[in-house]
Amino acid sequence: MKYMLMMNVRGGGSYQIASWPAADITAHIGFMRSFGARLSAAGELIGAEGLSGPDQAKLVRAGAGGEPITDGVFPESKEFLAGYWIVDVDTPERAYAIAAEASAAPGPGGKPLNMAIEVRQVMSGPPSDWTPDA
Amino acid sequence: MIPPLDNSSQDLLRDLAPAVLGALVRRYRDFGGCEDAVQEALLAAAMQWPTQGLPDNPKGWLITVATRRLTDQIRADTARRLREHLVVSLIPADEQIALAADAAGVNERDETLDLYFMCSHPALSQASQVALTLRVMGGLTTGAIARAFMVPEATMAQRLTRAKQTIKSAGRIFPELAAADRAARLPTVLKVLYLIFNEGYTASGGDALYRLDLSNEAIRVARLLLWLLPDQPEVGGLLALMLLTDARRPARIGTNGELIPLDEQVRSRWNQERISEGKQILERALAQGAVGPYQVQAAIAALHDEAPSTEATDWRQILALYDVLGFQDSPMARLSRAIALAMVDGPAAGLAALAELARDPRLSTHHRLAAARAHLLERAGRPAEAIDEYRRAAEGTTNTPERNYLLLHAARLSDSLAPSTTRAST
Repeated sequence: MKYMLMMNVRGGGSYQIASWPAADITAHIGFMRSFGARLSAAGELIGAEGLSGPDQAKLVRAGAGGEPITDGVFPESKEFLAGYWIVDVDTPERAYAIAAEASAAPGPGGKPLNMAIEVRQVMSGPPSDWTPDA
Repeated sequence: MIPPLDNSSQDLLRDLAPAVLGALVRRYRDFGGCEDAVQEALLAAAMQWPTQGLPDNPKGWLITVATRRLTDQIRADTARRLREHLVVSLIPADEQIALAADAAGVNERDETLDLYFMCSHPALSQASQVALTLRVMGGLTTGAIARAFMVPEATMAQRLTRAKQTIKSAGRIFPELAAADRAARLPTVLKVLYLIFNEGYTASGGDALYRLDLSNEAIRVARLLLWLLPDQPEVGGLLALMLLTDARRPARIGTNGELIPLDEQVRSRWNQERISEGKQILERALAQGAVGPYQVQAAIAALHDEAPSTEATDWRQILALYDVLGFQDSPMARLSRAIALAMVDGPAAGLAALAELARDPRLSTHHRLAAARAHLLERAGRPAEAIDEYRRAAEGTTNTPERNYLLLHAARLSDSLAPSTTRAST
């Protein structure tokens, strides 16, 4: 079963990596890289992406003629998705364990951030014996 | 269990692939069908050569097998649709094979060259041009290209299929382009190769083990193009630029995947073989007369490669070369020129040039402008302002190694301003 692990952080909150000391940034980045490499080596990682900052984010809606109408930039306090992992694991417990590891990524002073990681199961396709006409 | 094909045979296969496809497309026109047939022939070679040994004439072998696949396919199509598409289906397969093998030779260069132009067909999107060039000129499998761009294989397969359909409906690929058409379209071909190179050069990570080296691919395909077009100095200029830039790659990424800028790189790690080859190719191109932007950029890269340090770099010469590039009106070239100016006349002069550039709407909010300003503010001894600009640049970039470098640089500068308080506050 596949799960998406989302790292939601609040703008202006504790995840202000730009203001950390260099050693803490290095440790954090190093953790994220080895975390990804470990998941990949275990055959559990489907994909992971970090997203660019919310200051570049836009909300888009279709206008009357289908043309894109963009809305942005957002207030600093808004919660935003900083990045995500998609993992393929045997049990939900394993997905939670992975999420807990990510949550404990080192922050300022090397202390674990214990940030909230949102875990959502990815919907699967129809089972192989299922046909639309059945 | 089939033994894997050894590396030199794999290289041979990929080197032969464009020529084989060129020969087929020239005769049978149907690019999509020919392309599929060549892929099948390559696969057959990979399966059969390890056990049966290398054929005496590998190219003839591939043409023969691909032609057979193509005619099988055409016959199947013909039967299904109850009509005959191409004259080829009326020619006995054995005759076609004989003809195809003989057709190689005089026209081979033109055939292969036309494939380059087809892959850069103006009706294609840039992403499709890149994918098709890697597939057709690089002889890469769909899976390898997909992994290189970190997209699912199905997505890449679809992109390639659509590209081939676009070419088919755009028509008029063969008969061959007139010389004037080729000259007009050469810049697009070069641009596609440079895009592939840069994709590899700035790749943001992924699993290095499974990731194809796109920079090497671009260099390989550019070499082939130079062999086909030895009299086009910009082709040599582009290949030289790639080699002279790629030479610095071993020194360019830190242990945590952060970008290491030129002035902080350990220069002994630069690839001297690449540098001397790039310089040779550049000299030959420059001697041919018509100087273009790739040659100028290669000349700038060569000056950096020759310098033992940032301080000992011939910035005056680099500045002069950026002035030559100026006619291009490229914002990034102007940005680099401002840095060179700062190295010649001091950071204040560079900052003044950047202030001028900030009026260009293409640059005013670009993270590279903030990064350049940060760099010059730091050199000017204004660290607090430099930190703000480094952070601004870090927010603006979408490239992970670049962001990590900018963040770390700001943090180090910030640490040095208040070394005792940063730790205590946490």
